[in-house]
Amino acid sequence: MSLNIQKIRNDFPILSRKVNGHPLVYLDNAATSQKPQQVIDCIVDYYSNYNANIHRGVHTLSQEATDAYEAARKKIQTHFNAKQSYEIIFTAGTTHGINLVANGFSGILKKDDEILVSAMEHHSNIVPWQMLCERSGAILKVIPMNEEGILVFSEYEKLLSEKTKLVFVNHISNALGTINPIAEIIDKAHKVGAAVLIDGAQACSHIKPDFQKLDVDFYVTSAHKMCGPTGVGILYMKEDWGNLLPPYQGGGEMIAEVTFEKTTYATLPHKFEAGTPNICGGIAFGAAIDYLNAIGFEAIEAYENELLKYATEKLLEIEGLKIYGTGPDKTSVVSFNIEGIHPYDIGTIVDKLGIAVRTGHHCAQPIMDFYKIPGTVRASFAFYNTLEEVDALVNAVKKAKMMLS
Amino acid sequence: MSIEVIQEELIDEFSMFDDWMQRYEYMIELGKSLPLIDQNLKTDDKLIKGCQSKVWLHSEMRDGKIVYTADSDAIITKGIVAILVRAFSNQKPQAILNAKTDFIDEIGLKEHLSPTRANGLVSMIKQMKLYALAYQTQL
Repeated sequence: MSLNIQKIRNDFPILSRKVNGHPLVYLDNAATSQKPQQVIDCIVDYYSNYNANIHRGVHTLSQEATDAYEAARKKIQTHFNAKQSYEIIFTAGTTHGINLVANGFSGILKKDDEILVSAMEHHSNIVPWQMLCERSGAILKVIPMNEEGILVFSEYEKLLSEKTKLVFVNHISNALGTINPIAEIIDKAHKVGAAVLIDGAQACSHIKPDFQKLDVDFYVTSAHKMCGPTGVGILYMKEDWGNLLPPYQGGGEMIAEVTFEKTTYATLPHKFEAGTPNICGGIAFGAAIDYLNAIGFEAIEAYENELLKYATEKLLEIEGLKIYGTGPDKTSVVSFNIEGIHPYDIGTIVDKLGIAVRTGHHCAQPIMDFYKIPGTVRASFAFYNTLEEVDALVNAVKKAKMMLS
Repeated sequence: MSIEVIQEELIDEFSMFDDWMQRYEYMIELGKSLPLIDQNLKTDDKLIKGCQSKVWLHSEMRDGKIVYTADSDAIITKGIVAILVRAFSNQKPQAILNAKTDFIDEIGLKEHLSPTRANGLVSMIKQMKLYALAYQTQL
């Protein structure tokens, strides 16, 4: 099925604005996606018609808001095929979810237990585990990657042992676009009794993971990369883990009963949802998922692959241009440099031409150290981008090269 | 020449250009013509680490005036480094401390001095002023 791109583009008001006198070409989708009118309307509708605090009011507005929020949770459960809706914990985003799990393991891990992370993680999937190791005495080990930006599976297998308690890998690398073989990674980890957390921040706008089929223990992602609002995301955790891990933050919502002598905690998911949540954000996340499903993930994936293939071919025609992340399984991210030119300079010039790309280390300094580069220029495509926009990028990069060489 | 005069001169030079491309090309030229910093001076203690690009800044006192030498790994950043060195180098510490940086806005390069840009330039100006303050207290 092919997509009607013009119709889709009309759903995104921001795509018709101009930047520096040029039509906006938004190619920073790996940082955050743009929002369709349907999601914007959902946010306006919530604040205009049924804004209220949830889970405790007996009045009508509170009931309506609670129903909508819980309906969104159910929608997310269905989308990702979680077994129970209470296995979906609303968070402030991916980073929050990771910290919640890392904190939960503080009391479980013992000295010399081992934690594995991949060499291509975002800082948010490195730092919380380093902090966890400092607290618990556990040891952090790194699954290496090769020149193509692919994890070395045989090395991963060697690192696994009965000491391994946790494995953390991103589903898709934000800096390279590599899709990691998470099903195999999870399977191998489970054979030694280790739990696995998958950082799906980059994945869920491109593909639709099936939590039960993957048999993943923890999966985190953010709404804002999936056409939803910022400040909301989910942590999926298997029911058993949810019952085992202690609460992360104390407060309202997460309690069953409070006296000054003792507090008993609420059951899942409320145990991990202290305080008033991002109600509107959760509901709008649901609207974003509806929007993406109406287009269809198969169609999105096929079209984005077409964009990736075209962009890769066209960019490689530029002399001296090198792409980082060249594995066969990748999403629509092209991270590149031109020999002798700093990525910041290219980013600055193409911005002047209305093109939004990301430059720098993409919060993944270990990857940049691996390639011995200060950073890259990263163009990341979404289903609302066009082949003409790829041409605009290529022309802008050529112009930048001319000015900077 | 005083800092104010040099800044006026820079504003005049940049006012000759009609569009951003010419302005940037000139800035890139300025970057390329910046006297190379001695490799021995590109040490970590002279490094101002931005998230996007790096800047090295060295200063020394000659005949009561501060001489700055600087470099960057990105050429556009280096162009602005060159502009700042031209505006502030070879001046007395007190004059550097009193100097304003509004002229960067006037030549249409304001965005490069935004803290969110993280290119090291905002810290570079701060560091230039700190050196000036340090030398001033020694006088």
